[in-house]
This record gives sequence, structure tokens and C-alpha cells, in this order.
Amino acid sequence: MLGITLVLGICLGAATVPLQTVWQTLVDYHASSLTQAIVHTIRLPRVLGAALIGASLAGSGVIMQDLTHNPLADSGLLGINAGAGLLLTVSFIFFPKMGPGGTALFSFTGALFAALLVVAISRTKKGSQTTTVVLAGMAISSCLVALSEGLALVMQLKQDLAFWHFGGVAAINWAQLSGLGPWLVCGLLISLLLAPQLHLLQLGDELVLSLGRKTGWIRLIGFGCVVILAGASVALVGSVGFIGLMIPHIARFLVGPDTRKVMPISLLLGAS
Amino acid sequence: MSILKTEQVSVGYQQHLILKALSIQIPKGQITTLIGPNGSGKSTLIRTIARLLKPASGTVLFNGQNLAEQNSKALAQSMAVLPQTGELMSDLTVTDLVAFGRIPYRKPLMPLSANDQRKIDWAIERTGLVGFENRFISTLSGGQRQRAWIAMALAQDTEILILDEPTTYLDLTHQLEIMLLIQDLNQNEGRTIIMALHDLNHAARFSDQLIALKDGQLQVSGSVQEVMTQTNLRQIFNIDATLVEHDGRPLILTYDRWNGAETDE
Repeated sequence: MLGITLVLGICLGAATVPLQTVWQTLVDYHASSLTQAIVHTIRLPRVLGAALIGASLAGSGVIMQDLTHNPLADSGLLGINAGAGLLLTVSFIFFPKMGPGGTALFSFTGALFAALLVVAISRTKKGSQTTTVVLAGMAISSCLVALSEGLALVMQLKQDLAFWHFGGVAAINWAQLSGLGPWLVCGLLISLLLAPQLHLLQLGDELVLSLGRKTGWIRLIGFGCVVILAGASVALVGSVGFIGLMIPHIARFLVGPDTRKVMPISLLLGAS
Repeated sequence: MSILKTEQVSVGYQQHLILKALSIQIPKGQITTLIGPNGSGKSTLIRTIARLLKPASGTVLFNGQNLAEQNSKALAQSMAVLPQTGELMSDLTVTDLVAFGRIPYRKPLMPLSANDQRKIDWAIERTGLVGFENRFISTLSGGQRQRAWIAMALAQDTEILILDEPTTYLDLTHQLEIMLLIQDLNQNEGRTIIMALHDLNHAARFSDQLIALKDGQLQVSGSVQEVMTQTNLRQIFNIDATLVEHDGRPLILTYDRWNGAETDE
């Protein structure tokens, strides 16, 4: 399925490109051909980026849902995307000429900040309840979005930034992809390796401890993964909601609740 | 010989200690049962000797060495703990749950070994869950569910088995089945059993040693005959029990509120 959507994504569009040309572009690229240029400079990075980001958002969704034992957890809903967005806004105001590496750093910091807020909330007594975390996350999310919009308005950046709030793959180019892609790939690989440990967390911290494993580092790595995946995704395409929330549930519907199976399936579904 | 020992162990916060300077000994190869009213600290003691809780002061000794200083993974190969009715965050099959018991023997990212699989099958067989391997836990009856959790602890293949109220929520038949299974694990395989029980008649029938707690303190400990006396039961539970003897062990025929307590409110 992933293969089909990738191919369709490259072929279909304002100018339909025959499969053959796509193949030629991949194996023997000539910048002089217009259709090949379209495929190479516009379609390919968009499609690849979209696949990577879909997988990343789905992966971070799985991790967050397992870490918080909360079926509604998602980087969009809990304000992590908004945190990344806010710092991106800040970076555009103060460092408009910054490259993808720098933007990524800002995006990560924002995601980290918002993620820490969520963790702090879920540590409180009331916060252990599913609804509290989600409501708090939505409140944080709205606050941060409002802040970044306000900033953009004051600094007259509205046009450039509007895109970040709605999200879209139109702006992905090779430069961005090569800057942020490796982060996403790393995050995705770690998520896959982490899946059996996340699976273990279902037993609850106490039983995991009785089996001789420590939950602390599983949480820490998972947390880092979410920050990287969500941060890099937002830096590339802005805040895309829903994938992180829905894909893991679709995957669970397909393969059952075992994280070891849910993770790879989610990544594939997200990529599609 | 005692395999586990607590020395002046206190658990909780300064203002609110759940266990107060408790010193107990768990003999190797025997069934030791903790009894006491709700809130007396049974579960806390169980979690402390299973290293799930750190004592505020005092030490827990396992084979003569400080529990806190021992490798958690190695400990998990020596003692299995089943806290009060486990809860899963999402649903699993029986086999998946029981397979968790093999975690202490596995390296991360490695598949189950043939030996792991053998132990899992053995645990499922011992708990009478053959035929239910691929059933989801949520579709099982209370008794089957409890046995699946016990199977997980069994798959851990440990010398010590620590169980917190293993028969809660079960009907008479299933309670008896679990108790007989525990007895069998002790008598035929020499495993050390530590458990908390509310049913005093079960405690009397199946235990070698009883430890009675009240308000986080040791009330009395010793053989069943020593602990299950009318005087002790008055002190521990504020009940007046009519005790008879059955198969050489005390049995509570019936009981009533004890009105002789000094603080009768």
C-alpha cells in the first residue's frame, strides 16, 4: 500500500507524469526535461517527506499513547506541535535567514518545552486522569498557537507563518529534507526498537520493576523520540493533526493491541 | 533458615509510617502467610520485600545480603511478585501475558528461546489454562484471569513466589484451586511462598508460618497453632472466634464482634 501511494503521489498532480518518466528520473536524471524536473525537484521531496512525516507522527502517537497510558494522546492534541510552532515563529522573527538545521533546533526546543509541560501535568494527582491530560494539552496547545499567532501579527509575519498553522507538504524541498530527514529516520528507527519495551509498559511500572527492568529509561527514550519526531515534522510541514491520534487506533484495530505489532503497522499506515 | 528478612524496616513518610520498625523472617521452602485487618500494612510489606518499595529506614535482607544493593534483573530470576490483581493498560492474549514472565531471562530485542517457550507452556499447563492460550485476557472469567496472572509469575521460574491476596474476587472452587496449586508448588517443587490472605481458614490450612500485622507493626508470628488463638484473634481483628480443630489445624467455626476491647468505641 505504501508503495502504491508513493507512486500515485509522484505521478498524479497538476501535470500528470507517466510512470516511465518517474523511473527514468530515478535512475537517470536529466534536469533539462521539464517533467523530470517536476518529479525531481517538487514531487519526490514532497512525497518522501510526506511519507516520513506521516510515519513520524503515527510513531510519536503510538509512543505517547503507551507512555501516558492514554488512548487520546497525540502530539497535536497535547500541544507538542504547538510548542514547536511557537519557537519556529520566534526563530523566523529573530533569525529569518536560518537554515533547516537551525530551525530544527528551535522546533525541538519548542516540542521539548511543551512535552515537559504535559509531563508535569500528568505527574500531578488530577493529571493521571485521561480527560485532564487531554484538556490541559488542548489548553496548552491553544495558548501556544495564540502566542505564536500574536507574535506573527505584531511582527507582520502573518503571511509566511500561516502555512505553519494549517500544515502542508507544499514547501518541502530537498534542502529541508536532507536537513531534517535524518532526524526523522533516526527517530523512526528508535521507535521501532523501542516497541517491545513500550509493550512491556502495559504491565504498569511496578510489575515491570518486579521483572527486573527499569521504566525510567524507556520513558526517557520514548520522550526523546516524541520530541524529535514531532519537532522535525512540525519544522517540515507545520502542525498536522489527527494522524498521530488516529493511525495507532487503526493499527490496533488491524493487528490487536500489541505494541510490537502496532508500531511497525502504524509507521507504514502513517507513511501511506 | 530464613531466605528473606526485614530488620527494623519502616516504610512511608515521617508523619505517616505504614510499616513501623518491622522485623520479620521468612523461612526458606515454607509457606508464610501475612494476615491482618485492612490497612494493616500487608500489601506494603509484600511490596517492600519484593523491592517495589524502598524502606525509609531499616534493611531487607535476601540470602543475608541487602536487597537494595542487588541487581534487579538477578533478583527477578529469584523472586516473582504478583501485586493485588494486576491490571493491563490494553488487552493481551494469555500467552503474551505469560511471556512477560520470561523478561528477566531475555536480552532486549531477542526472541523467545526454546527454554522460554517451555517454561511458558509449563506455566500455562500448571494453571489449567491449556486451550486458552490465544484468548484475550478481557474475555476470561475472573478465575481464569487470576490464573493467567499467576501463570505469568510462574513462568518467571523463581525460588520465591510472592502473592498479594491471590484469591480475591474468586468463588470458593477457584479459591481452593489456587490454594492447592500454591501448596503443590511448595511441597513438590520446594518453592518458598509468601502471601497475604484475608481468609483465615485458608491461611490456617495451607501455611507453615503466619505473620500477623496490625497498624504496621508485628502483632505476633509463628506456627499456625501459635498464632491462630482466640486471644490473638481478639487482639488482631477485634473478633471473638469459635475455634475448633480440623486435621490438626485450627479452624474458625464462626466469629463475632469482640466487646472486651479496651478502646471500644
